[in-house]
Amino acid sequence: MNAPIRRLSFIVGMLFASLLVSTTLIQYVFAADLNARADNRRTLLATYARERGEILVGQTPVATSVPTDDEFKFQREYPEDGRYAHVTGFYSFYGAVGGLEQAEDALLSGSSDKLFYRRVSDLFTGRRAQGATIETTLDPAVQKAADAALGDARGAVVALDPKTGAILAMVSHPTFDPNTVAGHDLGELDANYQKLTEDEDRPLVNRAIGGDLYPPGSVFKVVVAAAALSDGEYTSDSVLPGGAALDLPLTDATLPNNGNVPCSPTNEVTLKQAMVVSCNPAFGELGMKIGADKLRDQAAKFGFGDSPAVPMRVTPSSVPAELNAPQLAQSSVGQFDVRTTPMQMAMVAAGVANDGVVMQPYLVQSVIGSDLSVIDSAEPTELSQAVDSEVAGQLTDMLVATVEEGTGRRAQIPGVQVAGKTGTAEHGEGRRAHAWFISFAPADDPEIAVAVIVEDGGIANTETSGGSVAAPIARQVMEARLTR
Amino acid sequence: MSIVSSLAPRSGRTTELILLLGAVGIVGLAYVNLGIATTGTVPPGLAALGVGYLGVALAFHVVLRWRAKYADPLLLPIVTLLNGLGLVMIHRIDIARGRDITEGVALRQLMWSALAVGIATVVLIVVRDHRLLRRYTYIAGVGGFVLLLLPLMPVIGNAEFGSRIWIRIGPLSFQPGEVAKLLLAVFFAGYLVQTRDALSVAGRKVLGLTLPRARDLGPILLAWVASLAVLVFERDLGSSLLFFGLFVAMLYIATERVSWIAIGLSLFVAGAYVAFLIFGHVQTRVLLWLDTFSSEALQTSDQLAKGLMGMAAGGMVGTGIGRGRPDLTYLAESDFIIPSFGEELGLIGLFAILMLYVLLVERGLRTSLGTRDGFGKLLAAGLSFSLALQCFVVVGGVTRVIPLTGLTAPFLSSGGSSLLANWTLLAILLRISDHARRPLPDEKDASAVGDAQTQVVKLR
Repeated sequence: MNAPIRRLSFIVGMLFASLLVSTTLIQYVFAADLNARADNRRTLLATYARERGEILVGQTPVATSVPTDDEFKFQREYPEDGRYAHVTGFYSFYGAVGGLEQAEDALLSGSSDKLFYRRVSDLFTGRRAQGATIETTLDPAVQKAADAALGDARGAVVALDPKTGAILAMVSHPTFDPNTVAGHDLGELDANYQKLTEDEDRPLVNRAIGGDLYPPGSVFKVVVAAAALSDGEYTSDSVLPGGAALDLPLTDATLPNNGNVPCSPTNEVTLKQAMVVSCNPAFGELGMKIGADKLRDQAAKFGFGDSPAVPMRVTPSSVPAELNAPQLAQSSVGQFDVRTTPMQMAMVAAGVANDGVVMQPYLVQSVIGSDLSVIDSAEPTELSQAVDSEVAGQLTDMLVATVEEGTGRRAQIPGVQVAGKTGTAEHGEGRRAHAWFISFAPADDPEIAVAVIVEDGGIANTETSGGSVAAPIARQVMEARLTR
Repeated sequence: MSIVSSLAPRSGRTTELILLLGAVGIVGLAYVNLGIATTGTVPPGLAALGVGYLGVALAFHVVLRWRAKYADPLLLPIVTLLNGLGLVMIHRIDIARGRDITEGVALRQLMWSALAVGIATVVLIVVRDHRLLRRYTYIAGVGGFVLLLLPLMPVIGNAEFGSRIWIRIGPLSFQPGEVAKLLLAVFFAGYLVQTRDALSVAGRKVLGLTLPRARDLGPILLAWVASLAVLVFERDLGSSLLFFGLFVAMLYIATERVSWIAIGLSLFVAGAYVAFLIFGHVQTRVLLWLDTFSSEALQTSDQLAKGLMGMAAGGMVGTGIGRGRPDLTYLAESDFIIPSFGEELGLIGLFAILMLYVLLVERGLRTSLGTRDGFGKLLAAGLSFSLALQCFVVVGGVTRVIPLTGLTAPFLSSGGSSLLANWTLLAILLRISDHARRPLPDEKDASAVGDAQTQVVKLR
């Protein structure tokens, strides 16, 4: 009977060999896949147990991890409630959602390769692993002013430092309280999150850099003027048609001026005058003259079509690829299918302010390790030279005049020269127009560039123009920076 | 000849003692490790528990010196280590679940261990020669089948976790399949030793396989029907596979005919397939096995998925005892104790545990090879193979080699009946190995054979 016993031993060997293989597959080969599963509670607990880095505005945390007694060890808290909701995003059982929490998750959680050597040293020193702290570029005063000025209106405000590209404020309304979706009670969390996702006003969307994008309306005239001046054929004194409406080729339609009144009694305006009164026929004509290609090129130089990471991705703004003459005329006043984000329009304002150089916008000033050493620090980088400095100067003059004597009067700040442009963007029959304002100040040495949009012209207001609704908001935001 | 016989054969008892000290030392270290990981201090009861555990192991060792001097020296240390590691892990799950030591599963397991060791020593002392067991061949057979099918009885039969493999009388619950495994091994060994000639010689040759006569097919058909009954009515593929596999393996050893394996395997596969087609609960098990992470399967049970994720969390080196979250898996201290070890000791630790089982089975099979009588050979091989098969069913179940079933990991898992049965199994293996390794009677004794009483069975 010994021969079959030996053969049986071989079978036993095979049985155990299969177990060695199966355990190896699970614990080594497919371990990473299993650990990465969304429903893996161990991974979730492990990430929660590690102290996540803070997000700082100034020296104040706007997202911080507080030790708790439950099995998750830490609770993510957002001390400023909704004010920084779109900047921080939130961290919950759904993972890191939106904002810096998502964009800088690797650093905040401590899993980034940049923290590799620190992790190795943590391993040997027995120090508890900790995520890095993110210091933002936001100016709390500017953010607060923007938040307050926008109030209950739907819309967004973006403020940039034109010289560096640092984002000083990023506000999107309506906002939400990230604390309601960062708790450890899954049922409550689900209910709150569902309420937010089902809300018609879509509070989770960061309108400053994404969402459905907006038609820019008349603020786009700055881009058209930039293209025209750069072309060399035009100066700020070039004469353009300024009637009540512009006849469009190929169609019976016309491009009317605001309120169907002429831009000037003579039915002719200079380019500068057209900017000051936001003359639609003049810019329609100008757009058709310089052509779609040059207009698109100019827009691209300001950043249209790009999707910069700030580090959250900014939805690319666009000028339609195919434009016939009447469409081009409409596009030149920021209508038809031109679509943009407040961030992009702030970059246009900042580009003009910064002698034509558009800086790459950024939200993270520095990354600080748990031992307070600086791991990473932002270096301002040029994105493009949108216009030369001479053209930038001419544009600035036009925009200063617009605020001093034109449609942007409500953005005036006593003792400071402000440059700005209003926009009133129609977006469908029977709907109130969006109110826009882009500006920068002081005009001779800009410290802040702002873009404001108020959806549907704000709440129950008789006036819905950019000049009346958006300009005062921009003023308050600029004041917050300039009166530091 | 006299030169040869004057050489004192090594009993291996000293080796066993050293290994035992090592085994108890490892268990103690694991216990300290757990205490430091969970509370930051060396557990206060360490000395008492350590000395107690060592005492129990040493008591068994002394009984071996006294009653089975030449028994295999590896078996006891391996089992002591497995049982001790199991105790530590069960205690660890108790801590995670917030159970006090007095109400925890670990204390009950410790008492069961002591009781099991006690019974095993009694078996060693009482059964002076394993061949005595052959007298009870048919009683063991009837007892085994009754125990196997007992959970199907009304009133006492009890279904837990989808398998009807428990009996419950008052507060006591018992998994009779474990003891049935033992009794059936005795029965098969006794039966097959008697009938092996008829089974192996008679028959016709078809396609190179010598097929048995129809009337010799009776027993295998009976075993097949019983195992299918277990599969279908107790909903327990594990016991069914274990029991039928044991039978086929022993049949093969007894007859040395491959045809039995072919017949047995095809019968089992066919029966299991039919059961799969007919019974919903078998289909559910197969779904959980093949498509563990589908939403359909997760709705039924995410236990297997959780166990797998636990093992993955352990990775190569594990989280360390007391530092993982094995308690997230249900039954982490019994059916899913292997994933618990995988999580906290890592792949390396799990390999070590599997190797302990391999060694245990290997020593058992070696005992079988060395034994001189057919009954002992069959019994030792059968018991060893049943251990191997049980490991395969348990570990294979939680690692998706085969569908998950409700068996316990021998010596590791929480469960009194399992401990009792497996320690008794160990006692029988030790008894056979003592017989296998014992040197033949001396020349002097041999020459005096004519003078002595007729000796059929050597008792010591």
